[in-house]
Amino acid sequence: MKKRLLAGAAVLAVAAFTLSACATGTASSGSTDSGSVKTLSLAEAQAATSAADFGGQAGLVAAANKEGHLNVITLPPSWANYGKIIQGFEKKYPKIQINSENPDGSSADEVAAAKAQRGQSTAPDVFDIGTAVMNQNLELFAPYKVATWGDIPADFKDAGGLWYYDYTGLMSVGYDTKKFPKGISSIDDLLGSKFKNAVAIKGDPTQANEAASAVYMAALQSSGSADDIQPGIDFFQKLKSAGNFLSTLPTQATVASGETPVVIQWSFNNVAWGPAAGSAGNPNWKTVVLPGSGLGSYYNQTINKEAPNPAAARLWEEYIYTPAVQNLYLAAGAYPAQLTAMETAKTVDAATLKKVGAAPKDFVQLNSDQAAAAAKLLSAKWSAAVG
Amino acid sequence: MTTTSTNRGAGTFSRRLGVGWIGLVPFSVYALLFLGIPAVLAVASGFFTSDGAFTFANFTAFGDPVIQKDFVGSVGLSAAAAVGGAIGGALVCYALLGMNPEGWLRTVVDSASSVLAQFGGVMLAFAFIATVGNQGVLTLILESFLGANSITSPIYTVPGLTLVYLYFEIPLMVLTFMPALEALKPTWGEAVATLGGTRWTYWRRVGFPVLAPAFFGCMILLFANAFSSYATAAALISQGGIWPLDIQRALTSETVIGHENVAGVIALGMVVVMIVLMSVYGVLQRRASRWER
Repeated sequence: MKKRLLAGAAVLAVAAFTLSACATGTASSGSTDSGSVKTLSLAEAQAATSAADFGGQAGLVAAANKEGHLNVITLPPSWANYGKIIQGFEKKYPKIQINSENPDGSSADEVAAAKAQRGQSTAPDVFDIGTAVMNQNLELFAPYKVATWGDIPADFKDAGGLWYYDYTGLMSVGYDTKKFPKGISSIDDLLGSKFKNAVAIKGDPTQANEAASAVYMAALQSSGSADDIQPGIDFFQKLKSAGNFLSTLPTQATVASGETPVVIQWSFNNVAWGPAAGSAGNPNWKTVVLPGSGLGSYYNQTINKEAPNPAAARLWEEYIYTPAVQNLYLAAGAYPAQLTAMETAKTVDAATLKKVGAAPKDFVQLNSDQAAAAAKLLSAKWSAAVG
Repeated sequence: MTTTSTNRGAGTFSRRLGVGWIGLVPFSVYALLFLGIPAVLAVASGFFTSDGAFTFANFTAFGDPVIQKDFVGSVGLSAAAAVGGAIGGALVCYALLGMNPEGWLRTVVDSASSVLAQFGGVMLAFAFIATVGNQGVLTLILESFLGANSITSPIYTVPGLTLVYLYFEIPLMVLTFMPALEALKPTWGEAVATLGGTRWTYWRRVGFPVLAPAFFGCMILLFANAFSSYATAAALISQGGIWPLDIQRALTSETVIGHENVAGVIALGMVVVMIVLMSVYGVLQRRASRWER
């Protein structure tokens, strides 16, 4: 009995091994039917550092079409126009199906998914990732340079091509003009009694980068700096004791229903939840970036070193850095990494740029040491300040 | 004679066990795969650094004032929900005792309880936001009399969560406590009356002592239920305040990096609390079952 069980297990194990061998086999087979373009094995495609490795853009498209899938992760449709960006990719490359996993997850969730699903066909191919988490996990990424590599400013990218800035928002205050017709001109306005139970941020700053950025912005607006964010924590403590701080997690739905009448978050999210969203948005939603020092934070693009669809992953990056898609980020209020080059080349959508407003000449972005110090202060002080 | 029958009984039992264990296999495998292994992996992660080296350093998390405060929050919330749920549920049970067991009211309350005891998570949070949230229907009606913005809804705070948790705790109490109440034999009441006791004497000398182990056992179950609830709290309070939210923060933080394994340590703390509670529950349950036979 036991022996038979063992034999059965052995048969299963052999079958599984053969099947997985088949799976790797399919990726590398088919070198006969692809014509002039180069066909790479899975390992070769995972190591490709530019479209030239595929025999040019046409070869990259052919290889990606053959894969037929692209796994993206944590891209909410209302975040920086990703709904339209994903739709555009599927329209341009109809043979590639996009699987969008865990749209509302965090950067840390992306890394966790890549590690947990390592070697599986469902693992994420590409990441849209915050700088702090990215710097801790550089070993997960594959270097790649898109065709427009030269259009990304030198300090916006890793020289080896491991990562590259994609877009940034500015920390902004979104509010319902129907409730607050007088508007908001300084952050201290929010401490007034009219704003009782009104002001929300995007989660717990010791957890979410966007919420932490709201605290950093408050610090910059009230005599703090990137090296000293304590005034930001003090501001939220005052907001809390005034009874104005809301601990509800704001979403597009809470903004539309009036549950969260003031939200401090990235400009592209405030813009996306307002009239731009049509019937799903709040028609009275206004976005203001407060005068004085602005706060931004670039999100990066990177490719999974062990992407199950390495060609589609690289095609996605090529697509992201086309002027058309960079203009889509801009339309959502997110400033794309190639904006300066696009202004020079006149490929930027002038009407959109006029509507969104020119990119600020200077805004504060915490470097990794400042971010680490700020995080340490937040984990020590935040809970007591708003608890 | 007695010995023979006992022997035969034991023989039948062990022979049944010989085949019977097969029936247990699916459940055991299921419990091992989806409860045992994940629990061991989660707790074990607390003993390693993010690079995979063995360490006890993660245990310093218990010295973190935030973790300590949130422990008090978790225990306080669970205790309040358990006591409130137990008393509320017991009162409902007592009221139902006078009803016809086959009657429509009993049937409705029984089935409603089995549904509502499982009603948690984001749906429950949404139901409360829509009715008594800051922009909830009831809040807005009240504010139309009291003035705009005059009410601060309590459901977004840790103490306020008690109210939300009672929504599934009371039905759970009804489900688990009703069998104990039904096991009270009417003859005991008649015996007390025959001996000249009042209704109060009956409850004080017979009812309460018999029910106490079951009552407190159910209360511990309610505590465990509230202690481990995560999704409802996550949907209502975004700023933390209880241990399940601390675990989430440790696992997914974008700002405080490299604390993933602290989640394992907090999980271990929760497991210890649960083991203590379940042991107490086991002891009480054994005492209670004596009266339910």
